[in-house]
Amino acid sequence: MSAALVPLAPLLLVAATAGLLIVLDLLPPREGKGHLGVVALAGVVAALAGALTLWGREGRAFGGMLLLDNFAVFLDVVICYAAALVLLLSMDYLRRNGMESGEYYILVLLATLGMMLMAQAADLIVIFLALELMSLSLYVLAGLFRGRLTSAESSMKYFLLGAFATGFFVYGIALIYGATGTTALDRIAAASGGLQRDPLLLIGFGLLLVGFGFKISSVPFHMWVPDVYEGAPTSVTALIATGSKAAGFAALLRVLFSTFKVAQPDWALLLWVVAVLTMTLGNVIAIAQSNLKRMLAYSSIAHVGYMLVGVVAGGALGAGGVLFYLLMYTFTTVGAFGAILLLERGRQEAVELDDYAGLAARHPLLALTLALFLLSLVGMPPTAGFAGKFYVFGAAIRSGYIWLAVIAVLNSAVAAYYYLRVVVYMYMREAEGVPTRPAPSFAGRLALGVALWGVFQLGLMPAPVLDLAQAAVAPLLR
Amino acid sequence: MVPESYYTALSAILFTIGVVGVLVRRNPLVIFMSIELMLNAANLALVAFGHRAGAADAQVLVFFIMTVAAAEVAVGLAIIVTIFRLQRRLSVDELSIMRW
Amino acid sequence: MEYVTILMVFGIALLVGGAMIGLPTLLAPRRATAVKAEPFECGKDLLALPEGRFAIKFSTVAIFFIIFDIEVMLIFPWAVQVRPLGWPGYLAMLVFLGILMLGFLYMWKKGGLEWD
Repeated sequence: MSAALVPLAPLLLVAATAGLLIVLDLLPPREGKGHLGVVALAGVVAALAGALTLWGREGRAFGGMLLLDNFAVFLDVVICYAAALVLLLSMDYLRRNGMESGEYYILVLLATLGMMLMAQAADLIVIFLALELMSLSLYVLAGLFRGRLTSAESSMKYFLLGAFATGFFVYGIALIYGATGTTALDRIAAASGGLQRDPLLLIGFGLLLVGFGFKISSVPFHMWVPDVYEGAPTSVTALIATGSKAAGFAALLRVLFSTFKVAQPDWALLLWVVAVLTMTLGNVIAIAQSNLKRMLAYSSIAHVGYMLVGVVAGGALGAGGVLFYLLMYTFTTVGAFGAILLLERGRQEAVELDDYAGLAARHPLLALTLALFLLSLVGMPPTAGFAGKFYVFGAAIRSGYIWLAVIAVLNSAVAAYYYLRVVVYMYMREAEGVPTRPAPSFAGRLALGVALWGVFQLGLMPAPVLDLAQAAVAPLLR
Repeated sequence: MVPESYYTALSAILFTIGVVGVLVRRNPLVIFMSIELMLNAANLALVAFGHRAGAADAQVLVFFIMTVAAAEVAVGLAIIVTIFRLQRRLSVDELSIMRW
Repeated sequence: MEYVTILMVFGIALLVGGAMIGLPTLLAPRRATAVKAEPFECGKDLLALPEGRFAIKFSTVAIFFIIFDIEVMLIFPWAVQVRPLGWPGYLAMLVFLGILMLGFLYMWKKGGLEWD
């Protein structure tokens, strides 16, 4: 019994911590739930360490419903990093906004559990349940600031469109079951070899892709992103932007590369178009935004486009490049949202571009940190963003998708404009009116420090991590 | 004996009604009902396919979908109630101002 | 080929649905005003909703009922197969019920069941 559960150690750690938090939240003290954040963080860090020790092991549990391979371990690590950084950022942020509560930490852990389950799922049923565990937790988290209409609306829109996507996903599962008689990923792969042109299987696969498209927010299923990112509490936005995207890509890559390998030429063509639309639309609309959270929302859509370039390229280079990109994107995006979260003007969060005018003169360190994260999003060497784009676009060229790579590079050039505009505001404008101030938060600064370390670690020495990423996708490609 | 393809056709109809309902309706509660219709269309298809295959796993999947749908209902209603409290109105039509 | 019916239904439904969305946007004039968004379009101001105000606590109880009522459904398949599943099945069900009870306890202690 216990040996069979070893592959699930990271999952079980997070689940047990969530259960512990529920009990702790019921115990006194009634006010002040800061200690719950510490316990949650400890649980996630333990899961992170546990996942790292499982590298290289393979195993299955619960009748083959859950599995462990290097791919799952790599994504568990990405997700745990995202969750840990978000927890660090949340502690003082929640207290500042008067919303410190036990539910928050419990829900963050449950969402993390769902994300990790998606990385370890070997059956469409489990992917569905994990997707729902993650999504339902995030819907509630998005509406955490109960007193603000923007937060409630964000939660509502996220919920309605997320549930809509779930409907497509479930119907896709039903049709795939009808065509193949199974929901296990490997048995679908075996059964689908003989039915390549079966309309039932094709429609089911298409509906599945629609569901995934919503979760990773690719065009044309991106409409919820700007409103949700803008309205949700910034710490939750960071989690949605990184963790849920990593989880969506985890399940998507597994389904595409190991289950529907036979149809690779077909879906590569489809995703080629989706990738181009996604990055172009994200970048073009991002230019027009003056709200930083909204701008980062559109930029995150564009980054999904870049990741899809890697998916289209395929192979160890492409898929491995996507995993590398996810890790670097997690550090960079949590960092960028974290810097925004720490800044306030008057009693409001500083989210408008004007709030950032002249920040460098008053708070040089924080301005520099935010500038570095933005430069990483642009893809400037020696930050992680450069390495990520280099590998993904390089894989596209290597696989013969020259035009796709050209479009992606052009897009990156367009994107530089709106990221650098923020930097220009910080360094070259004069501040006016009420000054923007960083909130005092040791945990928040620690999170920014870790994220910055990640950005430079991956930027200066990307090769070892890329090797790990390529080793991680090996189980999918064989 | 009703042929199995009738059930699958019915489920496809239900699913499409659900999708169209989500797209054309503006009232969150009705959108929500349409989403439930989509889930139940999937349930019907699964039961029909499972009956043909003579296996129980599709039925088990239906159980999971139903329980998850219930959890979704709970979260969705809670979110709607939150918005009611905020806007101090009990009319759902007030929410129709939201656009996406 | 036995699924041609499904394809046809999808096709027809898409056609009808698309026509129903598409034609009005092409043909009908659109002037959305605040008056049109009101529940009654007779032009008279709304005094009160027909069903009156209802206490929000009813909905809270309803939400809790939905969750715990439906989750019990997962017990039925186990109950049918309780003997073949044996002790491992029993333990798994205990774990499930334990989690469910933990959630119930949380709801209770957090005041979710308080009526006033």
